[in-house]
Amino acid sequence: MAKIIAARLLRLLATLFAVTFISFMMTKALPGDPAVAILGQDGIQNEELLLELRAELGLDEPIPVQYVTWLGNAVRGDLGESYINRGQSVAGTIGQRFPVTLQLALMAIIIALLLAIPIGVIGAYRQGKWQDQASSAGVQVALSVPNFVTGIFLIWLFAVKLEWLPASNWNRISDKGVIANLKTAILPATALALTQMAIFSRLVRSDMIATLQENFILSARAKGLSDRFILFRHALRPSSLSVATLVGINFGALLGGTVIIETLFAIPGLGFRLINAISQRDILVIQGITVFIATGYVIINTVVDLFYSVLDPRIRRS
Amino acid sequence: MTDVGTDSDRLTRAEHNEPLLEVIDLKTHFQVEGGIVKAVDGVSFTLDRGKTLGIVGESGSGKTVLSRSIMRLITAPNVITHGEVRYDGRDLVTKSSREMKAYWGVEMAMVFQDPMTSLNPVVKVGRQMTEHIRHHLGVSKSEARATAIELLKSVRIPEPEVRIDNYPHEMSGGMRQRVCIAIALACGPKMLFADEPTTALDVTVQHQILNLLRQQQKDRFMTMIMVTHDLGVVAGRTDEIAVMYAGKVVEKAPTNQLFADMRHPYTQALLWSIPKVSQPKHTRLNAIAGRPPDLISPPSGCSFSPRCPYAQEKCHIEEPPLTAGAAPGHQFACWYPVGSPENEAAWERNLAAGVPQTLAAAGKLTATEELLETINLADDTSDHEGAGA
Repeated sequence: MAKIIAARLLRLLATLFAVTFISFMMTKALPGDPAVAILGQDGIQNEELLLELRAELGLDEPIPVQYVTWLGNAVRGDLGESYINRGQSVAGTIGQRFPVTLQLALMAIIIALLLAIPIGVIGAYRQGKWQDQASSAGVQVALSVPNFVTGIFLIWLFAVKLEWLPASNWNRISDKGVIANLKTAILPATALALTQMAIFSRLVRSDMIATLQENFILSARAKGLSDRFILFRHALRPSSLSVATLVGINFGALLGGTVIIETLFAIPGLGFRLINAISQRDILVIQGITVFIATGYVIINTVVDLFYSVLDPRIRRS
Repeated sequence: MTDVGTDSDRLTRAEHNEPLLEVIDLKTHFQVEGGIVKAVDGVSFTLDRGKTLGIVGESGSGKTVLSRSIMRLITAPNVITHGEVRYDGRDLVTKSSREMKAYWGVEMAMVFQDPMTSLNPVVKVGRQMTEHIRHHLGVSKSEARATAIELLKSVRIPEPEVRIDNYPHEMSGGMRQRVCIAIALACGPKMLFADEPTTALDVTVQHQILNLLRQQQKDRFMTMIMVTHDLGVVAGRTDEIAVMYAGKVVEKAPTNQLFADMRHPYTQALLWSIPKVSQPKHTRLNAIAGRPPDLISPPSGCSFSPRCPYAQEKCHIEEPPLTAGAAPGHQFACWYPVGSPENEAAWERNLAAGVPQTLAAAGKLTATEELLETINLADDTSDHEGAGA
């Protein structure tokens, strides 16, 4: 086990190196000059000022040198400063925004799994019967409705009609406590969760149908165990490998991809900030957030890989 | 808990030595695209308490479907079941799966063919042994574990206290099948089904597993049905043998009677198909000519007739009924039973006419006595096995 983890960590480092390099190069490939973006009209007219700023930002160095400098600082936790909001450190921005996005993504995944597992299991157990058809239809709807539409519907129902929850905004746990925080988090998280739920439940259902054909399910039945016990204690775990993979991938995707929902609910998340930075050519912020999200993605998938061996003990050996 | 009969009622039945199992004209048909597969097509037998019945036939003869039908384990939506399965006086065919759960594990249990796939790979052996003990007998976790360790000991697994925390993949095939047997025995069933329990195992382990099953069956006074394609497996380990072909019983007799005087050509062909140690190296295997019949549209007349070396015109037209032979308990379904003058005449006629399966069989006849001798050797059931199978 320790050997597996060591090998994975080594691979993780290599991946992270590639990720930072590629994202650095991609921001370099963006059209437009950050110095011009910062100085605006003045820069275009004043060549001297422009060159001075470029030198200050290190933009006059060759690109490989820029990368090494940036990487050296990044390893020490210094991701630079925003070009637009001078004095605002990129690391600080991430530190402030990331917990919000992380909470949203986590809640979305948990809600999705809590719904998807029973739905998938029932669909497989009652394959072809009305329970399966009803849940398949529901899943199809959840899959085809974009999450911002779900979000608007949830706001209309729970904020406007029922007035149970606030329509938008975000309460930080540190400021307002857990309950107030959950009140603002539950609607956007649910809006994100429904699409995930649809995908997860389909995977659980199809894997479960295959598992239920296995001999060990027949032998469990021949022992007189209850159907519920067989489904959840025998069939579910061997049927959850594909869904675990997808949870990892989608969780990573949610970390950077909740922009629409963050905008809709006015949530100060990471994705929201990233889009802002892109429209402002705020290169260091873009780089910082991209690398941060990519790193998170890689780490999550490493954790999922290790989690396989928890799900299936046969993997521990090989 | 579903009613499986009052104790006094069942005690009376047991005292009067009424059969534990009566199967009456059981039919299990599957509705498929293209017709109806008659996997089991009118099987009847009774099985007394503490006795062992061997069900023998090649792949596709319906033997596995029969045993699962008796246990009511077949729940496919396209299955059609007719007839009666009277277990301790109660018809199981009319019971729902929910009602059957009171029988499964406690009253009847099954050891499956392939121990590599019939244990859950992600669940420790210990839980797989204790979950139904706890479910059916309502005992505590630690009591169930103690029972499981005892069971592992009784099926001769070394270091049961360690092995109980293994995953199935940490055990050998033979050991896994021992675990499967222990699981089947755990709740003290009265009736044990063994569905090709040794087919997936090494030859060296087969013998040990068969002897273990027989030992447990005797110790616990269980009634047993042993399903196999191998006549050598049931010889000496069963009280009675039913030979199945195309979903029907074609010959049934007490084991000794069957080997001493087999009457059905299919039974004879099965016996010939067992390779013998005494044969010279590279002897061709005596496979039965032809293929198992199509169960959707079986041949007219006797379903074995297209492969039978003795088949006459009548065999292709009229289906022979299962009729009693001279010896008590011996039944067979054949117009020209082996050992009769009619059979010999049929053989000569077919040989003269150059019927292909008859010519193919002609090479085999001489070795019969030798074969029977080998079967008797296999009959040796003394228990020499080492534990670490």
